[in-house]
Order: sequence, then C-alpha cells, then structure tokens
Amino acid sequence: MNVQRKPDADTRRNESGIEIKPLYTAEDVVATKIEEAGVPDGVGAPGAFPFTRGIHDMMYRKRPWTMRQYTGFGNAEDTNKRFKYLIETGNTGLNVAFDLPTQCGYDSDDPMAGGEVGRVGMAIDTLKDVEVAFDGIDIENITVSLTINGTAAIMIAMYLAMAEKRGFDLTKLRGTCQNDILKEFVGRGTWIYPVEPSVRLVADTMEYCAKHAPLYSPVSVCGYHIRESGATPTEEMAYGFAIASAYFDEVLKRGLDIDEFAYRMSFNYNIFGQFFEQICKFRAGRRLWAKIVKNTYGAKNPKSMWLRMIAGGGGAGLTIEQPENNIMRGAYYALGCVLSGAQTIALCCYDEAYTIPSEKAQRISLRTMQLLIEEMGMTDTVDPLAGSYFVETLTNEMEAEMVRIMKEIEDKGGIVKMIADGEIQAHVSKQAYEQHKDLETGAFRKVGVNCHEIEEDEPEVEMHPYKKEDTDRQIARLNDTKASRDQAAVDKALADLKAAAEGDANTMPAIMDAVKAYASVGEITAVLTEAFGRFQEPMRF
Amino acid sequence: MADKKIRILVAKPGLDGHDVGAKIVVRALVDAGFEVIYTGLRQSPEMIANAARDEDVDVIALSILSGSHIPICQRLAELLEEYGLSDRLWLIGGNVPREDHEALLKIGLDAVFNTGSKLQDIVDFIKEKTLERAA
Repeated sequence: MNVQRKPDADTRRNESGIEIKPLYTAEDVVATKIEEAGVPDGVGAPGAFPFTRGIHDMMYRKRPWTMRQYTGFGNAEDTNKRFKYLIETGNTGLNVAFDLPTQCGYDSDDPMAGGEVGRVGMAIDTLKDVEVAFDGIDIENITVSLTINGTAAIMIAMYLAMAEKRGFDLTKLRGTCQNDILKEFVGRGTWIYPVEPSVRLVADTMEYCAKHAPLYSPVSVCGYHIRESGATPTEEMAYGFAIASAYFDEVLKRGLDIDEFAYRMSFNYNIFGQFFEQICKFRAGRRLWAKIVKNTYGAKNPKSMWLRMIAGGGGAGLTIEQPENNIMRGAYYALGCVLSGAQTIALCCYDEAYTIPSEKAQRISLRTMQLLIEEMGMTDTVDPLAGSYFVETLTNEMEAEMVRIMKEIEDKGGIVKMIADGEIQAHVSKQAYEQHKDLETGAFRKVGVNCHEIEEDEPEVEMHPYKKEDTDRQIARLNDTKASRDQAAVDKALADLKAAAEGDANTMPAIMDAVKAYASVGEITAVLTEAFGRFQEPMRF
Repeated sequence: MADKKIRILVAKPGLDGHDVGAKIVVRALVDAGFEVIYTGLRQSPEMIANAARDEDVDVIALSILSGSHIPICQRLAELLEEYGLSDRLWLIGGNVPREDHEALLKIGLDAVFNTGSKLQDIVDFIKEKTLERAA
C-alpha cells in the first residue's frame, strides 16, 4: 500500500494505491473500460445487470434508504425502551448491539462475563430476553438487524422462535443477521470455534433460512471490520467477496441451487476515507459482485446478483480530537453512502470514539440523513454521478484492482485457508501499523490530529453509565428462567444438538428446539464447543 | 542487566476483540528493540498474571476498549500482588475515560495511554521507567 495524501506530493494516490490524476476525459473512461457481454458501455442501467448504477431502477425515488442506527445496551428492558425511542424519532429499522458475553457465548453468570454484562450492548441469555427486547415492536414493518457472529446461529434461532411465538409467519419474516464469522477472525474478534466448523455453522443458517424463512437474510458479509483492521478500500471489497463466495461454496455443497439462497446475501461496508474513492468502490463492487454471481455461479435470478448493502459506520475515520468535527465527517460519509446507492445506512455518531452513542449524538446522525432526504433533493435522481469521466474511470480502475486482489487470494489457497493461517490478519495489521506511523508523521493527514490542531480541554462527552445492578438483574432473570423451564426438554434438545454437531446434519433444527426450551446461549455454545473445539489464534506478525 | 532485552507482555483482557491498536503497539515495541510477548484475545486476569509470571516480563501492557478496565485491573492487581509481580511496570491503553485514570493509578497502574497516544511516547516511557527501576 502506498498511501500518499500530502497535498504537495507530485503523484497522488488514493488509499487503494490507484493514481489520481488532475483531470479526466472521455478517453480515460474508454481506456479503462472492462468488457462484459451484453453490456455495451460496461455500465448498464440502474436496476439491470451489472447494476453499476444501483440495484433498483428507481432507487431512492421509490423509497429512501433505511436508516438503521446501531443500538443496544444494558438488558432487554433498557434496550426495548431505546428501540421505541429510535422508532418514534424516525428510524425505519433497528440494528441491535449485543454485549460481549452474548457475542462470545457466555451466560451472564459465567466468570468470563465478569464486568462485561450489558456493557457494549444488550445481554441475552435465553429466549426470554429476546421476547422482552422486542415486546411491542412491530417486527413486520420495522426490520431488525442482529449484529452478532460467534453465536449468530443461536440468535437467529431465538429471533425466529420469538416471531413464531408472536404468531408471525416465518415465510414472510424479514430481517438480517450479521453472521459473518470469517471476518471476525480478521477484525472484531468474537470467534469461538475453529475456522472450518465456524463456516459450517454459517452455511447451516443459510440452508435453514432458505427453507424456512426465505425472506430473512441470515448473513451480512462485512468488509467493514476488515477495513477498520487495516485493509485498503479495494481489499475491503475483495476480501468481502471472497468470504461471501466461501459461504456460497459451502451451501452449494449441500445441493441447493444458487438462486435458492444467493438473493438473501447482504453486505456491510465502510464509508470512511476519500470521498470519490468510496463512491467508486461501491459502484465497482456492485458491478463485480453481479458478474461473480452470474458468471462464476451461474445464477439466473437478477436478485441473486444484487449487492444489497448497508453502508456507513466509519468509526475508524472519527477522532477524539475536536469531536465536533466528527459531525461534519458524518455528513460527508452520509452523502457518500447516498451517492453510492446504499440500501441501508447506519451512520457513525460523533461521540462513539469514546462511548456508546448518547441519544443526542444518535439524533444528530439520524437528522444528518434526514436532511439529505428532506432538504437536499438527494432522493430525486438515481446515481447522479454516472457519466462523470472521473467517477466512471475510477470505478473501472477500482474494479480491476478488486479482481487482481481476488485472484491473488485464490492463488494463495483461498480466503478460508489464509484466515485460518493468520495470513490475512498479519497483512492487514501490518498495513494498520504503517498507516498509523504515517498518521504520526503527518504523511497521512487527519484534521485535528496532525494538522489544524488546537489546544483543547478533555472533550465533554456524556458517558454511558455502567451499573452493577444491571448484571444482578440479568443473572436473576436467567436463574428464574432456568428454574421455570422444562429441564427434560432442555436436556433432550442439547443432546440432539450434540449429535447433529458431531455428525453432518444441519444444526439449526436442534438449535431451534433448544432455544424454544429456553436453553441458554452459554449452554448451547458449550455443547457446540465440545463438538467443534475452540479457535486458537495464529500469532503471526 | 545492560545487555538483557526488556521483556514486555502485551495482553488483551476480557472479551473485547478490537485488537488493531494492540497489534500496532506490539509492532512498534518490537521495532523499538523490546522483546514482546502478545497474548492474543480473551485473556482473563488469571491468564495474564500467569503469563507475566511464566514469561518473567518486565512490563505488562494491557489494551482494552470495551470499558471494563476497572474490574479487570482490580482483579489483576490482586493476582500480581499474590505472584510477587507488583513491582513490574504496568500500563494500560485504549478507551479509558479521564475520570477513571486516577482510579487506575490507585489500583497500581503506572500509566494510562489513551487512544491517540503517540507510539514514541509509549516507547520512551517504557525505556525511562525500566532504566529507573534497574538502577
């Protein structure tokens, strides 16, 4: 990677290493064009293959993007209240944060959960908590995204079981789970089992949902966290596609047709960085993914080829210095997401470099997006940047670079092997180190950090309070649930799960039975750990 | 003592999986000539104390961003005391609110390096303090 952003440099490159020229003309577009059968100009129309200009023909004209801010803290009651607040203020979807014990498969009373219950998200031990969290929420019209990975199969099961108990028809239920375990090994770190059984579990959820909850999106592949861990924007996309392909391959092995499940695949990508590089990243990625699904996997259904994505976040772009500047960064990020054709936007909050966002910070992020809809005319015209010499050229160049990276991954044995060996981790962490050094020397410019600095007091940020009573309350509910459940049903479900995990059967039916019997996250994870073992981090630098 | 490399344990306590910063610090410390042992994620205070004892490190450096630093450091302080390791240089980095700094120093930490700290400052601090202690 050769990041050069110094304004006085002779040659400028974007973060993906692509040279940026002072001027682009029609000749550049022609010179960089990537040939594709049936697409004479290489771009195509919105809503048509290869979807460079957006997955829908009318895009935001028909319906603006979903605004889904990330929330969840304390326990189910607290989170339920915050959910209702967010819906009242205009959020059209929910993005649920779980605490670390829930994400790593520990119950709230486990010694490993000490000090972490309800800290960075909502604590969930059993189905009981999920019932409370979504009580009174119209889950038919408010789509819920579950940000969980290591224990995603359990959380999907709990969500489906809750919906079923409330009388919803699972074949009509929409929603998303993050459930991208491969990226957890690279960044974010909530893995539990070794790489291979972890991929199997993801495929279990995809196969199960394809058959029982066909409108539910069981996986949202995240280039996002890989980017935050040090990947360039083109690597972020390419790694994401390699990971999504790995899940596809695993499901295809089970005899499903690509068009039975690919149309529910969803993606999560980051937005921080250079403005046009980000927009072209999304346009190029959308086109490349469509080509992969059509040409490599032979999909027939155009929906299978859609790069349906949540874009936004951008926490790694924010600074602790002059935190008000993060509000402006957020506005540019939101504009970038919209010009990129994102389906859903979850915008970072100015205080999140310190804490779980306050209500005020969340409202400002939401308003930032609403301004674009209400005042700026951003929903009127589809893909307004199309045809720009610069945008189309950079889109072409970004796509070519993504193709090159994906080829490199294949040559090195594939993404699953590279992650299991720690090769991807070592590569991105080395880049993160180089970039950090550039930040310290000022070669990589960051306002308030290495240029335009001011003397400032410790910023006043509303801290999210942590209360030990919350943990006690959570443990009390877990104990009550355990005392009142049918223990024989739990034991049987867990025994069935063990048999499924040790064999080749899909584990989801057994996990469904276990959660319905109110088996806990910790109990189910313990059974799966017995069958699969635990991941040992490769220490490569 | 002069030719013995300073040994540093970099640990990620608790369940927090954000290790970008920890790995950057590991690389910077290695580049600065220290011997570094990185524990990886999900370390309980017991695991960290055991590693510090077994590896006989001069410095214990924790990286944490989840907000659980106080209870984790309280427990680790007890264990370090028990193992006779209270004299080791003990640092923490990550997202640590200013109002918690004093509490951490009281628990026994020697310094808090918040997100945004310069790598050179961390290196210099370790060099200076370990020299003082060796003297």
